[in-house]
Amino acid sequence: MEALDPLLTRLRAALPEAQVAIELNPAVPAQSSLVVDRDQAVTVARWLRDDPQLRLDYCSNVTGVDWLETTSTEKVRVRRVVDGAEQEVEESVERRQPGYLEVVYHLYSMALGHGPLVLRQRTRNRVDDTRVASLTPVWRSAEFQEREVFDLFGVRFAGHPDLRRILMWEEFEDYPMRKDYVEPDDYEHEPTPHDAVLVKARRH
Amino acid sequence: MDEGLRNELSKQGVFTTTLQELYNWGRRSSVWPLNFGLACCAIEMIAASMARFDIARFGAEVFRPSPRQADLMIVAGTVTKKMAPLVVRLFNQMPEPKYVIAMGACAISGGPFKQGYNVLKGIDRYVPVDIHIPGCPPRPEALLHALLKLQEKIAAQPLTGEHRPRHLSPDVPGEFPVPAYGPYDLQPAKNDDVWRPALVVRTDAG
Repeated sequence: MEALDPLLTRLRAALPEAQVAIELNPAVPAQSSLVVDRDQAVTVARWLRDDPQLRLDYCSNVTGVDWLETTSTEKVRVRRVVDGAEQEVEESVERRQPGYLEVVYHLYSMALGHGPLVLRQRTRNRVDDTRVASLTPVWRSAEFQEREVFDLFGVRFAGHPDLRRILMWEEFEDYPMRKDYVEPDDYEHEPTPHDAVLVKARRH
Repeated sequence: MDEGLRNELSKQGVFTTTLQELYNWGRRSSVWPLNFGLACCAIEMIAASMARFDIARFGAEVFRPSPRQADLMIVAGTVTKKMAPLVVRLFNQMPEPKYVIAMGACAISGGPFKQGYNVLKGIDRYVPVDIHIPGCPPRPEALLHALLKLQEKIAAQPLTGEHRPRHLSPDVPGEFPVPAYGPYDLQPAKNDDVWRPALVVRTDAG
């Protein structure tokens, strides 16, 4: 399959309004991915599927990632008036990165025998704006897996034909794969506990 | 009748028995399991019913697809919290006398998935389990062993008196409350009449 950089150039030429970026993977496999904005996700996905050089006709996997809010401190040089004289001083600035939910699609081409291409969509935050575009109209195989991501992470897929819970029951209110999920406290009988389970078992 | 006299009589060609023995012999020799499996342990259960292990040798080969015709529920596999009310309902639909074998680590305690968000920590929280089989999954021989243990248990059940089984006591219910789906967990999370946590003494040593 062609590299991501020329692919992105062709994609931008074909769809000038699309907001797509490359998310670099610094780890050893170096499998970088495309991050697409949710508003153009369906058009970009259609292009990836129908482009004669790519023909990514098979979506093998849809999964979710929960990114918590992160804060990082950075040292910044600023000019300040100190003791009557302007000086350059170093200040540490705290940066807040809001949390978000991410949906990852692994795309292959059955026709051309290449892949995977990793496509990502991100929500605006983890609380109230957890919408992304459903890619089920493009790849039918995404239907159940998007339902699973909805069930376990609480991502709302706009345009999904049948967005219901799939593993948990309908009355369930939480999203168990989120990092801040608190499980029910049923640790009353733990014959051989250790580590975190031991801490929970001791409360009973 | 004492055992010595019975042995003596049987040597002389006189067969004696009691109603209780005859009744229990009939019940234990044709246990009909319910034909359902939940996970990989069910594969071992199927293997136990096929020619190589042949559960028919012990009279339990008639796997019934309807709970109304079954005596024994083999809970073979992980019981998810979504599935647990259905398992309890199936058990309620079985006529008395009925028995439960919890097969494998998951059915006993949740097994390797015990800390999962949707895994019930043992079916004995909702229904009374007669035989537990450890293993992940247990081999078919272990299921046969459990069946023999169940047969021993049935054979030892008295028909009258204080220790008679559940189905002979009219005031003991044969149905168990089906848990409801709650917003975070099953409600109730366990049936206190059936299961109470065993006392575990923890020390800081070790």
